[in-house]
Amino acid sequence: MRTNDLILQTVTKIVLFVIILFSIHIFFAGHYYPGGGFIGGLMTSGAIVLLLLAFDLKTVQNILPIDYKYLIGTGLLFAVGTGVIGLLSGKPFLTHAFDYFQLPFLGKTSLHTAVLFDTGVFLVVVGVTMTIIQTIGEDE
Amino acid sequence: MSLLHLAIFSPFILAIFIPILYKFLQRIHTGWFVLPLPILLFSYLLTFLGKTKHHKSLVESFEWIPSLHINFQVQLDSLGLLFALLITGIGSLVVLYSIFYLAKDQEKLNTFYVYLLLFMGAMLGVVLNDNLIVLYLFWEFTSFSSFLLIGYWFTREKSRYGAQKSMLITVFGGLSMLGGIILLYLMTGTFMISEMVTKADQLFNHSLFIPAMLLILLGAFTKSAQFPFHIWLPDAMEAPTPVSAYLHSATMVKAGIYLVARMSPIFAESLVWLWLVAGVGIVTLCWGSFTAVRQTDLKAILAYSTVSQLGLIMSLLGIGAAALHFDSIDDQNFTVATAAAIFHLINHATFKGSLFMVVGIIDHETGTRDIRRLGGLMNFMPITFTLAIIGAFSMAGLPPFNGFLSKEMFFSGMLKIAQFDLFNLDTWGILFPLLAWIASVFTFIYSMVIVFKTFTGKFQPEKLVKKPHEAPFGMLVPPIILASLVIIFGIFPNILSYSLIEPTMASILPSLLGPNEVFDVEIAHWHGVNTELWMTIGVVILGLILFKTLAKWQNIYLLLPEKLTFNKLYEALLDRSQFGAMRLTKGYMNGFIRTYLVYIFFFFIIILGFSLYWKSAFKLETTNTAPVGVYELILALIIVIGSISILFAKSRLTSIILLGAVGYTVSLLFVVFRAPDLALTQLVIETVSVSLFLLCFYHLPELKRYERPVGFKAVNMLISVGVGAIVTLIAISAHSNKLFPSIAEYYIENTYKKAGGENMVNVILVDFRGFDTMFEICVLAIAALGIFAMIKLRLTRRKEG
Repeated sequence: MRTNDLILQTVTKIVLFVIILFSIHIFFAGHYYPGGGFIGGLMTSGAIVLLLLAFDLKTVQNILPIDYKYLIGTGLLFAVGTGVIGLLSGKPFLTHAFDYFQLPFLGKTSLHTAVLFDTGVFLVVVGVTMTIIQTIGEDE
Repeated sequence: MSLLHLAIFSPFILAIFIPILYKFLQRIHTGWFVLPLPILLFSYLLTFLGKTKHHKSLVESFEWIPSLHINFQVQLDSLGLLFALLITGIGSLVVLYSIFYLAKDQEKLNTFYVYLLLFMGAMLGVVLNDNLIVLYLFWEFTSFSSFLLIGYWFTREKSRYGAQKSMLITVFGGLSMLGGIILLYLMTGTFMISEMVTKADQLFNHSLFIPAMLLILLGAFTKSAQFPFHIWLPDAMEAPTPVSAYLHSATMVKAGIYLVARMSPIFAESLVWLWLVAGVGIVTLCWGSFTAVRQTDLKAILAYSTVSQLGLIMSLLGIGAAALHFDSIDDQNFTVATAAAIFHLINHATFKGSLFMVVGIIDHETGTRDIRRLGGLMNFMPITFTLAIIGAFSMAGLPPFNGFLSKEMFFSGMLKIAQFDLFNLDTWGILFPLLAWIASVFTFIYSMVIVFKTFTGKFQPEKLVKKPHEAPFGMLVPPIILASLVIIFGIFPNILSYSLIEPTMASILPSLLGPNEVFDVEIAHWHGVNTELWMTIGVVILGLILFKTLAKWQNIYLLLPEKLTFNKLYEALLDRSQFGAMRLTKGYMNGFIRTYLVYIFFFFIIILGFSLYWKSAFKLETTNTAPVGVYELILALIIVIGSISILFAKSRLTSIILLGAVGYTVSLLFVVFRAPDLALTQLVIETVSVSLFLLCFYHLPELKRYERPVGFKAVNMLISVGVGAIVTLIAISAHSNKLFPSIAEYYIENTYKKAGGENMVNVILVDFRGFDTMFEICVLAIAALGIFAMIKLRLTRRKEG
C-alpha cells in the first residue's frame, strides 16, 4: 500500500538538515543555554524517525548504514573514558576540567571535558532510540 | 599500586589478550603464550623468600573504597608466600602439561586458558591479601572460575552436574563466610586481618565470637571439601585432568586450609575451634580414605584421597591450636602438629599433583580410567609406572619419600593430643590417634590399588579404547619434576624447615614467639623405636593383608544403603527447592501483564499509604503557593479531559493520538512554569514515543472489547484511583514539608564558579551528578539491548517459523 506522500518526502529532505543542525547547536549550547546531550540526541533521533516515516526502513538503512548498537557502545566508552581522565590525573572518577582558549574564528571559547561526557550521552541516546525503533519496526 | 599488585593482576591482564592470540596465532598452541607468566611469577616470588624467612612481611597498600575501610592491601608473609609459590609453581607445570593434554585443533583453548588465568589471579589475590572483603571477592572468583573449568566440556551432562554442585556448595560457604566477615567487622571495626589479630584477646568473650567463627569455618570447610560438604569434589573430577590436578588438588581446595591457618591467631584459643577443626578434619580423613577404596575410577580414587588428605591437614591445624594454651614453646611440643600440617601441605601438592598427571597420562593413552579394565600397563609405560610408584608410596607414607616424614609427624601430633589435659581431651582424645591410624591403613590400601591394579596384573587390550604406549615427552616432564621433588623433600627435608615451614608457623601462631625467637623444626628420618614407628609398621602390615584380601571384604561397602548418602540428600534438597520455587512462582505469575501491574500498584498503594499514615507525613501548606493562572487551568483541564477520553477510545489510533496530546500539553505546562529544558525534552520524547507507538501499532492485533464482570472492573478502578490519590498526596506533602534546606543554593553558587557553565540543569546532569547520568545511560543501553534480544533472538519462534 503506497500512499501519496510526495509532500512529506520533499519537506523531509529539507527539514531533516534543519533539525539535525539545530540538534547539534542545542547540544553544544547545553552548558550555557537550554539543551545538552540528552535533548540533542533525542532531537537527532527525531530527525531520523521523520526520515523513517517519510521513506521506508530499507531506504533509510541504505542512506545511513549505521549499526546503532555500536553507537551505544561508543557512547558508553566516551562517558566512561571521560571519567577515567579524572582518575589518571589523580582525582576522583568523573572529575571534569575546563579552561578558556583563544581559537581562530571563534574567539575566546571555553572548552570542557564535560562536553566529551555529553557526547557519550548524545551517542547513547541516539543509539538506544534508534535500536529500539529499528528493531520493533523491522519485526515482521 | 605496587609491583606486587601488578603481579596479582597480571593473570587477569594476560587473560584479556588470550582470545586475540588464539584467534590470530592458531598454529601455535595457546598454552605456550600462557606458560611464561606463572614461571615469571614463581621466580619473582622466590626472591621474597629471603625476607619472609626472618618473619618479616611486606605490606603494600592501594586505596580502593577508603570510606568503607576497603583497601587492596597486599600482605606477603611466609604463609601467603608458601601458597603463592604453590599456585605459580604447580600452575607452571600444569600449563606445560595441558599443552600436551589438550589437542590444539579439537579443544576451545581460548576459553580454557582464560578461565585458568582468571583462577590463577583470583587465587593469588586470596592468599596475598590482608583485607577480608577483598579476600572474599577473590574467593568467590575462584569459585566461579572453578565452576567454568569443571563445566569446560559443557556438552556432557555430568560436567554440568558437577559444575553446578561445586558452585552451589562453595558459594553457599562463601556467603556464610561473608556473614562471618561482617560479624568480625562489627566486633573490631576493621576488615584488616592484621589489625584483628592485635585485638584478638578482646574478641574472645564477645557474644558474636562463636557465630563469626562458625560462619568463617563454614566457608573454609565447603571450599576444602570437608565432611559433609566433600560431595562436590568427586563430581568436580569431570574437569580436564590438568584442572583437577591444579584446582581440585593442589590449590583451590587448599584455600579453606589457608583461611583456617590465617584466622588461627584470631580464633584458635577457643575450645570450639580446636574441637571443630580437628574433629571435622579427622572425620573427613577417615571417611575420605574409607570411601576411596571402593572407587573403580582412578580419578575418583584420587578425588576421595584428596578429600581425606585435606582432612588430615585440617585436623593437624586444629590440634596445633592446642599449643596456644601454654605460656612458652618449651613447655610442650604441640607445634609439631602445625609444622606437620605445613609440611604435608607441600608434600601433598607434590605427590598428588604427580599422581593426577599420571592418571591423566593413562586416560590419554588408553582411553579409560576404570581399574577394572586396566592392568599390566607396566611394560608399555615404564616411566609412568615409576612416577606412579613414587607418588603412591609417598602418599601411603613409605620411606624414603616425603609422605613418610609428614605421616610420622602427623602420628606424633595425634598422640600428643591424647595426653592434652584441657577440654575433655584426656578422655576422648584417644579417638584421634585411633582414627588417624585406621585412616592411614585405608590410605595405604588405595595407594596400592592405584599402582598395582593399573600397572600389574593381566593386560586386557580388548577392553581398552586405544593401544597403550608411553606418553609424549612434554607430558612426562611436569610429573617427573614433581616426583623428583617428592624424593628430594623426602631425603633432604630440612631444606624446607627453616626457609618455609618455620616462618609459616610463625604466621599461624604469632603469639607464641617472643622477639628473635624461632620454632624448633628439625625433621629427622629416625626417631628411634617409638610408638610412631610401630604405628607405621602396623599400617603397612595390616594394609598389605587387607589389600590382598580386598575382594573378600569389599561387600561391606554395600551395607550403607544408597538412599542415606549425602549425595542423595543434596539431590533431594535441590529437587525439592526447585519444585517448591516453581510451584510458588506459578501461583502468581500467570502471564498477564495486567496481573503484574495489579501486584505492583497494590503494594505501591499499601506501602506508601501506610508509611504516610504511620509517620503522619501528610501535610498541606498553602501559605507559599502562587495563584493559579488561566493558562495553568486550561492546560490542566485539557490533560484531564485527554486522559479520561483515552479510556473510552474505540480504536488504538485514537488512544495513541490522545496520549500524545496529553504529553504535549504537559510540556506546555513546563513552558508556563519556565522550565525550558524540561519542556524541550518532554516535547522530543513525546514525538519519538508517539512514532514508536505508531510503529508497534501496525503489528498489534485488532483492539477488542470484552464485557468484564463488575467486580473485576471495580478492583481495577479502585487500584487506579488509589495510585492517583497516593501520588497526589505525596506530591502535596513533598511540597509542604521542608525537612532540610534546599541544595539549590549550592548549585546556584557553584555552577559558574566550579563547572564553568551557566545552564544549571545541564551542569548538574554532566558534572555535579555525572555518576547518575552515566548509570542512566547504562540502563538505557541495557534496555535497548534487551529489546533487541527479545525481538531478534527469539529461539522458539525462529524454529517454528
